[in-house]
Amino acid sequence: MERVAVIGVGQTKYSAGKRETFHELVFDVATKALKDAGISVKDIDNVVSVSSDFWDGRTISSMAISDASGAFGKDISTVEGDGTFGVLYGMMRILSGSFGTTMVVAHHKGTESNMNGITNTSFDPLVERKLGLDAVSSAALQARRYMTTSGGSEEQFAMVSVKNHGNAMNNPFAMLPMEITVEDVMASRMLATPLKKLDCSPVTDGAAAVVLAAERNAKKFTTNKKRVWLNGVGHCSDAYRLGDRDLADTRALKQAAKMAFDMAGVTRDDIDVAEVYDAFSYMEPLWLEGLGFCEDGMGPEMTERGTFNMDGALPVNPSGGRLSANPVQVAGLAAFIECVLQIRGEAGKRQVKKAEKALAQGINGMCGQSHCVWILGK
Amino acid sequence: MGKRVGIVGVGQTHHASQRLDCSGVELIAEAVTRALDDAEVTLDDIDAIVIGNMDHFENINYVDTWATDGLGSCMKPVFKVTTGGTTGTTVAACAYYHAASGLFDTVMAVGWEKNSESDTQAAIATCANPVLERDPFAGAIGPLATEYSMYMEAYGATEEDSAIVAARDRNNAMNNIYAHNRMHVTVEDVLNSPMLSYPVKFLDMCPRSDGACAVIFASEEKAKKLVPKPAWVHASVVRHDYTHFGDLAWQWMPTLEMATLEAYKIAGITNPLKEFDVAELYLPCSTCGVKWMDSFYFCERGQAPKLIRSGATHMDGIMPINPSGGVIACNPIGATALLRVGEAAWQIMGKSGDRQIPNVKRTLSTGFGGCSWSDVMILGADLP
Amino acid sequence: MAGWKDEVEEIIYPGKICVPYSWTVGSTLSKWYVQLRDDGEIWANRCPSCGKVYVPPKIKCIECYKDMNDWIKLPGTGTVETYTVVHYNEPGLHPKKPPFVYGVIKMDGADTGLVHLIGGVDPDKVKVGMRVQAKMAKERDGHITDIKHFKPIA
Repeated sequence: MERVAVIGVGQTKYSAGKRETFHELVFDVATKALKDAGISVKDIDNVVSVSSDFWDGRTISSMAISDASGAFGKDISTVEGDGTFGVLYGMMRILSGSFGTTMVVAHHKGTESNMNGITNTSFDPLVERKLGLDAVSSAALQARRYMTTSGGSEEQFAMVSVKNHGNAMNNPFAMLPMEITVEDVMASRMLATPLKKLDCSPVTDGAAAVVLAAERNAKKFTTNKKRVWLNGVGHCSDAYRLGDRDLADTRALKQAAKMAFDMAGVTRDDIDVAEVYDAFSYMEPLWLEGLGFCEDGMGPEMTERGTFNMDGALPVNPSGGRLSANPVQVAGLAAFIECVLQIRGEAGKRQVKKAEKALAQGINGMCGQSHCVWILGK
Repeated sequence: MGKRVGIVGVGQTHHASQRLDCSGVELIAEAVTRALDDAEVTLDDIDAIVIGNMDHFENINYVDTWATDGLGSCMKPVFKVTTGGTTGTTVAACAYYHAASGLFDTVMAVGWEKNSESDTQAAIATCANPVLERDPFAGAIGPLATEYSMYMEAYGATEEDSAIVAARDRNNAMNNIYAHNRMHVTVEDVLNSPMLSYPVKFLDMCPRSDGACAVIFASEEKAKKLVPKPAWVHASVVRHDYTHFGDLAWQWMPTLEMATLEAYKIAGITNPLKEFDVAELYLPCSTCGVKWMDSFYFCERGQAPKLIRSGATHMDGIMPINPSGGVIACNPIGATALLRVGEAAWQIMGKSGDRQIPNVKRTLSTGFGGCSWSDVMILGADLP
Repeated sequence: MAGWKDEVEEIIYPGKICVPYSWTVGSTLSKWYVQLRDDGEIWANRCPSCGKVYVPPKIKCIECYKDMNDWIKLPGTGTVETYTVVHYNEPGLHPKKPPFVYGVIKMDGADTGLVHLIGGVDPDKVKVGMRVQAKMAKERDGHITDIKHFKPIA
């Protein structure tokens, strides 16, 4: 199988209340990604946009940004979900032999929408929606279940928030770089037990883009310095209604991770840095278990031991994670981009030394029902 | 290079204006079950699934996670793609790329819509730019009516020409047990039907429907093992260019011309009217069935009325268009374009029942939507 | 025997965001809601292949993809598998003013949990493992809210 590389990346600074339109955000990051790759829009032969009709308040939401993404005269499709799935589709299109260079671009303006109302529409209109569940209250149910099965505590989850907001101090793109303490997190406003404000990701605006290239194009367009190879990918979805599964059981993530690791032919020990989907603090240790970086139930304890700190055995979320910026459809793509920057050695003050293999994870749906896992390398 | 891919099974629901007997997931399950039976496989054989619909018609976010019970996607790889009216062909193309990439062998594409659950025009209107176009925008009918008026003015096409297309498609639907609208109509009936937006009349226009379609794609080796006669994918091309309705070139359809030219080149088609044995085209209005003939290169510009009147595109003509009845007879939007692919595949596989065209070797399927967006998929009985 | 599908009353829900919606409930859930509404009973269905019991009922078993025609009446009791006390305000969504409690109740006789409200108890006293039973609403119209909440078994 021909290899596929990421040759260019671009992202906005993540912030609230952006004045730019979706169109302007997409144009900005697509342009940045092209510049980073050292190519022009003419070298792109197809586009995958990652758009949500719900968050954009607009049916056929990709219509708004198709020309801004460089799609004029080209083949374009739209994935509705997290950016990591968009990258997967972009890669498949190249592997099919039909295309050589794919632009993948995601956008999101959370502050222009009613976040709780929109996440509520993810729930079954026939049995769950009327109860008024949304992303926060459902995550709270998952958090408590995880505490029961792992013995993890709110303080241990708070440590994730402290770590990630602290990591964000070195990420100029992050929305919420903050030096905080466990006490700050514990004292922050209770939203739905056990989740407090500082356990939750912020409502964010932003966009991001990556340029993928088939090996022959990657070698033609760019140098080794900029090329990061897509070594492995996997995706998998679990059951839908919250009561259909044990919310602390990460079996779908395990399967997605297995696919990715088998494809990449590497082990957990080979991963030097990881960006996981910490939409809520408890999710980081839970997903790290599902990804196989620790035994089931050990996530909180290993967090407390510092295993996942910047100076730990496996730095997790050097970017600050989703806790520091969560532009939903863009979020997984931002995680993916951070991995690219780390491998290239372009991560500035948050650079993990000798980062040669990285892992990025994205999610679709509530409580991590569906996952996409990427392994990238030099 | 990637793998060659064939369609090995198709399933569709009985489409209707309102399927009040089933929920959205039940509708999807109906199509999925039928596709699995058609290909003689079980869900265990399906390696990945892709689904599409238009969100605002049912108000369900993350449809790929919601549809689990109907799709059979629990513990399977699944995601969603959506591109308005072209969603069905977008889903088909996506499943094709899954299998062609070599990452997944057998992939199921599902398109569905329960238009009865919402106000279709109100939902469609949200596709327009809220600042510039949403207020004056008039749903799907206005723009289609406008483009045909211009064609009539430029080339002398008439309301009768489009009425012939409407009668053709509606009468064809009588052979399709799944179609939503099945009725014998004459050209007179169409001309006498109530005017919606000049020159488009009631019987010229497509309905909105509840329905679902599932199409199973498999990479070459797998496809050969599964069925004796897969419908091989020869080309898949998409052009979705316009963002604002005011950007459109109204005299012809650039996206369709670009998409078909590219697809014909890839598939080695030089004389489409002769080389395609059947075409399942996304014609949301009979007027499109006149005007767009030029953009398919079935005739010289302006010569579409002559082509239509010759009977070449009727069931006994040299290239029947829409033996299924097409979109005018049936329009479950997220599934509509996928039905074009599925119906074309059945023609090649010899499974089209009463609407079977004999000896089908090459077919043309298209998707249309949004702001003049065009998708093209060419299938063939032989490997590409 | 699948004959019940022919006799079941078809329920439609009205729903509204900015585009008005009406969701078709379908035969499986319509049957469930008719029993909830008319008899105040919670039923489940069971897969003929793997034996898994689902509440709310499913159209097909999600493990086996088989049709399910065995219906079982549940006692309506269960155990709190997880819960949360909601403190934030979202008046457009929330069924009650905070603080109120959501829970996933592992239902006796079934293999799945039911998400609902936990009530009739001080929110601070709710615990994982608590035994609860469904309390029906007096006025029922075929919605999930026909169950008023789950309250602790005395």
